[in-house]
Amino acid sequence: MTEWMSNHLLTFLVFAPAIWGLLILCFPEKQAPLAKLLAIFGAAGLFFISAARLLTIPPEGPMNLVFAEHMPWFSVVGLPVEYSLSIDGLNLWLVLLTTFLTPLTMLGTYRSVTQRAGSFMALILILESGMLGAFMAQDLLFFYLFWEAMLIPMYFVIGIWGGDERKYAANKFFLYTLSGSLLWLVALLYLATKAGTFAPGIMAATALGLPFSVQCTLFLAFALAFAIKVPLFPLHTWLPDAHVQAPTAGSVILAGVLLKLGSYGFLRFALPMFPDAFSHYAKPIAMLSVIAIVYGALVAMVQRDIKKLVAYSSVSHMGFVMLGLASMTVVGTQGAMLQMLNHGISTGALFLLVGMLYDRAHTRMISDFGGVASKMPVFTTFFFIVTLSSIGLPLTNGFVGEFLILNGTYISGFPWGRVFATVATLGVLLGAVYMLWMVKKVFWGPENPDEDSGTQHLHSDLSVREIAVMVPIVVLIFWMGLHPRSFISVSEQPIVNLLHSAKAPDPRVRVQPMLKPESATKDGLKDGLAADGAAPAAPSISGEEVRK
Amino acid sequence: MQKIAWLIPILPLIGSAFNGLIGKKAGKKAVSIVGVGTVVASFLTALWVFFAMKDAPGHRLDLIYGTWMATGSLTVPFGLTIDPLSGTMMLVVTGISALIHLYSVGYMAEEEGYARYFCYLNLFVFFMLTLVLGNSLPLLFVGWEGVGLCSYLLIGYAFETETAPAAGLKAFLFNRTGDMGMAIGMMALFALFGTLTIGDILNQAGHMQAEVGFGVLTFATLMLFVGATGKSAQIPLYLWLPDAMAGPTPVSALIHAATMVTSGIYMICRLAPVFSLTPITMTTIAWVGGLTALLAATIGLVQRDIKKVLAYSTVSQLGYMFLGLGSAGFAAGFFHVFTHAWFKALLFLGAGSVIHAMHHEQDLFRMGGLKEKLPITFWTMLIATLCIMGIPGFSGFFSKDEILYLAFLKSPALWAIGLVAACCTAFYMARLMALAFLGEPRDSHAYEHAHEAPMTMTLPLVVLAVGAVVAGFWGIPKVLGGTFAVEHWLEPALTYGHAEAEAGSVHEGPAMMLMGISVAAAAGFGLFGWSLYKNGTEKSERLAAKFPGAHTILLNKYFLDELVEGYLLRPTRWFGNVLWKLFDVIIIDGIGVNLPGALTRVAGDFTALLQTGRVRNYVLSMGLGVLVLLYIFLK
Repeated sequence: MTEWMSNHLLTFLVFAPAIWGLLILCFPEKQAPLAKLLAIFGAAGLFFISAARLLTIPPEGPMNLVFAEHMPWFSVVGLPVEYSLSIDGLNLWLVLLTTFLTPLTMLGTYRSVTQRAGSFMALILILESGMLGAFMAQDLLFFYLFWEAMLIPMYFVIGIWGGDERKYAANKFFLYTLSGSLLWLVALLYLATKAGTFAPGIMAATALGLPFSVQCTLFLAFALAFAIKVPLFPLHTWLPDAHVQAPTAGSVILAGVLLKLGSYGFLRFALPMFPDAFSHYAKPIAMLSVIAIVYGALVAMVQRDIKKLVAYSSVSHMGFVMLGLASMTVVGTQGAMLQMLNHGISTGALFLLVGMLYDRAHTRMISDFGGVASKMPVFTTFFFIVTLSSIGLPLTNGFVGEFLILNGTYISGFPWGRVFATVATLGVLLGAVYMLWMVKKVFWGPENPDEDSGTQHLHSDLSVREIAVMVPIVVLIFWMGLHPRSFISVSEQPIVNLLHSAKAPDPRVRVQPMLKPESATKDGLKDGLAADGAAPAAPSISGEEVRK
Repeated sequence: MQKIAWLIPILPLIGSAFNGLIGKKAGKKAVSIVGVGTVVASFLTALWVFFAMKDAPGHRLDLIYGTWMATGSLTVPFGLTIDPLSGTMMLVVTGISALIHLYSVGYMAEEEGYARYFCYLNLFVFFMLTLVLGNSLPLLFVGWEGVGLCSYLLIGYAFETETAPAAGLKAFLFNRTGDMGMAIGMMALFALFGTLTIGDILNQAGHMQAEVGFGVLTFATLMLFVGATGKSAQIPLYLWLPDAMAGPTPVSALIHAATMVTSGIYMICRLAPVFSLTPITMTTIAWVGGLTALLAATIGLVQRDIKKVLAYSTVSQLGYMFLGLGSAGFAAGFFHVFTHAWFKALLFLGAGSVIHAMHHEQDLFRMGGLKEKLPITFWTMLIATLCIMGIPGFSGFFSKDEILYLAFLKSPALWAIGLVAACCTAFYMARLMALAFLGEPRDSHAYEHAHEAPMTMTLPLVVLAVGAVVAGFWGIPKVLGGTFAVEHWLEPALTYGHAEAEAGSVHEGPAMMLMGISVAAAAGFGLFGWSLYKNGTEKSERLAAKFPGAHTILLNKYFLDELVEGYLLRPTRWFGNVLWKLFDVIIIDGIGVNLPGALTRVAGDFTALLQTGRVRNYVLSMGLGVLVLLYIFLK
């Protein structure tokens, strides 16, 4: 068993939650408490296993693909599909974020779901499988399958356990995302037929041989699917509905993990496969990101529902991620990496906290509150710390991410870099405006005297269970703010390689990072690896490090 | 051994953590000991490190403790720099903080949130010291935003009231607006110099020529100055400071008078070699400073709230400091920071003592005659008043006069503005003292119960009063036979990185005459205010009635708050609503998302009509189809 585990760790991580979830789904309604407990223990166990096994790699090592499983799987119309999972610097922390947030979310919303709670937890576990698979999949069709498979459990989570308008929200979420992916599928199949495989490295090499206009078209099809997921302005309107209608756990997973798949898709596939098209469209992408930053913040400012405010703040924060990616600098891209994690932690925590408030008061309207600080001091403290992280106060995680992104954009060398970085700074100010304005209305001031108001329904401060959920999050907020290198040093070398080859004039260098580690010769990467002035460390990927 | 300098900021942080986490359970006594003790320990450490720095080569200690951020070309270390500038500032901050922490023990004794208060106040000291000692701009920015946060929390200390949190929010947002400029300035410097470590930037700047016209460097420094206007309450971002008086009075003394609000000036001094390369920025700084000094001083003439008068006075004095900086007098500007820290902290603490005695009455028009009841407060405050008026021999005289003199060299118009502001200062300070301490008590009930404060509060008053007198002798100007020692002391910091140190500021012009004019003007207006108010408010009310228009405008602070609300905040909210309801809901969702959905449904409904279930319809359409096919194939 241990032998199998160490050889198939990734397979275990991807499929264990789904199998566990399917087992729990078989529990009768009466056994819901037991089912919930088992689900939480399962998810927590998975987190500990993933953390213990994945963090054994040296933190500063120049590694690329460290954990990997490859084997031929099946063929579609003569095109071989590979069962290919791997973890490297680009997805390590996203995988850990997923396994970290899932049990925490379950614990945080332990009492929130009362109807068919066992099935609810089971669906979250199945969702976790989909997300982990999507983060780890290296074969594009494999990735696509996970990408689409995730929609199904999420659709049910929103559609069954959601708020009053859950049907509209669930349909919108499903159709919006699906319609984006369809064009992507067409582009994927087109390119795969040309390349004769779904392996991204070979597809990238093929794409480079195509006329530039075709590359651009293919890139746009990829980008559309990813941009909807992020979501990038103006494709964001599914998000507020889905977030507001989804149950707390759904919102946390959606904001915490699902959105990152979009930006991760850009980084993992769209950028290395179509480097020329990516830099060709970097300006429009950056412009939409800046609009998203300011627009999301301005709209968040006028919301009356706390949850909707947080939802729109997501639009703004994910705009920063996209801006960092569009900068095509190491600093900006690393900032985007960190900001993905930041957003997962901070916004996930905000949704959890709003859920805790809603469980007690049964309202989320800002005007229904006032003076919550006197009623729930512990809750207020946690909420305030997370708010500081969300508005990017230095020494919290939010600052480092935004700071790197803005600086990376400013020095990008693109003529628009300085202007966009300057305008995007406005988002940092507006972030403080909407968050602190809401905090003032909800927490400070005299208690809302209205008997029906939310404040008057708050009879208890946070329980031990809820505190246990928040403490790890607060620890992470400061840890990431004080020592961001623990989290982004592992992605440094992959990103340096990626950007270097994306900008290199020699086409042979271009596809190197996409190829399998064995074939990435040292010499190929060594030549003038000086993107952004980072020291060109030779990527020493030996056979031993790749645990097959 | 000098490495222990990290203790200077960390000690207060430990105090803050203690008071925040277990302070409430540990009791007020433990909170007082830890809260005051950690700051005093920090002061003693600072003193030790200060002397170590004095002996160090080049009066400079660069201490690196590790790396904060490092990716691509960007590396930011955790490091502290101690040189004459940061060393002096660090002593001022820890010293005055220690006194005000002690004062708070008495002032806040009755408060419910005692532990919370000390948690925030300790945290403030931590952030302020990070700002002062940090060796890179991002680290300085940590302190910069951190003190803003503490200011927000302390202004909103009484969170269960309506006004205090609103004032806190206003302060934070005005500060953040400035911080935005600061962030942009940092990015521009990073793009230009490729580093954010202050020492490295200055080393490179030392080899550069002054910028002609409006270039990248001017843009960067102007943006940094925007940051300074936010933190140091200058036009156009000063509106938050008067409202910030909603916080407890010791907070006003420490944060909103002595330390935090001077960080804008400190930052510019820190980067003096860069700023002096950009003449456009320097001129802007001088004019903004001068105009702020004047504007705030005129508003201060008519305010009735004792703390509001002092708040406008602070804004005005900060304006002087910028006027000094902009006139190429970095040392003079910083010297005024130094002297102002003493006498303004003293004025606020004195005001706190008055408010404490009057049971939280802050209206000057309801005070009067307190001289006998509060002798220590009266005499110490009188010293501070003489300082701020610029009466020879008191500290404010030395620092303010140096600034006015340099302003004259820059432009006589700036000097004139500064002089008018000085007259206003003398008037409103005399008015404040006369209204509070002289004449008949106007609220006899509160007067009966008034009494001098406990030792923990009077001791800091006395210490500060001594400091306020002595501080000035550090910078006796050359025209009076001194050496302006402060400039010589700060020189290694202010000209760091320059290949060869520049000579001190050249002294020419009618220094003696200018000094005479300003002293005479200050004394004259001081006596005028004194005589107008010493017997009550009647004379002044008659005077106000003669100029109703001017009086209303001043009383309402030029209606600037209303302008900001009406022309900035409301339109922004309106714009947000338009974006949401028009763009999101109608255009994107309505036309882009739901319309295709609706069309699909309509198309479905339409085709559903064809499916009638009547066989004859199907036969008919089949027959028609066969005919069409036949026609096509047989043609």
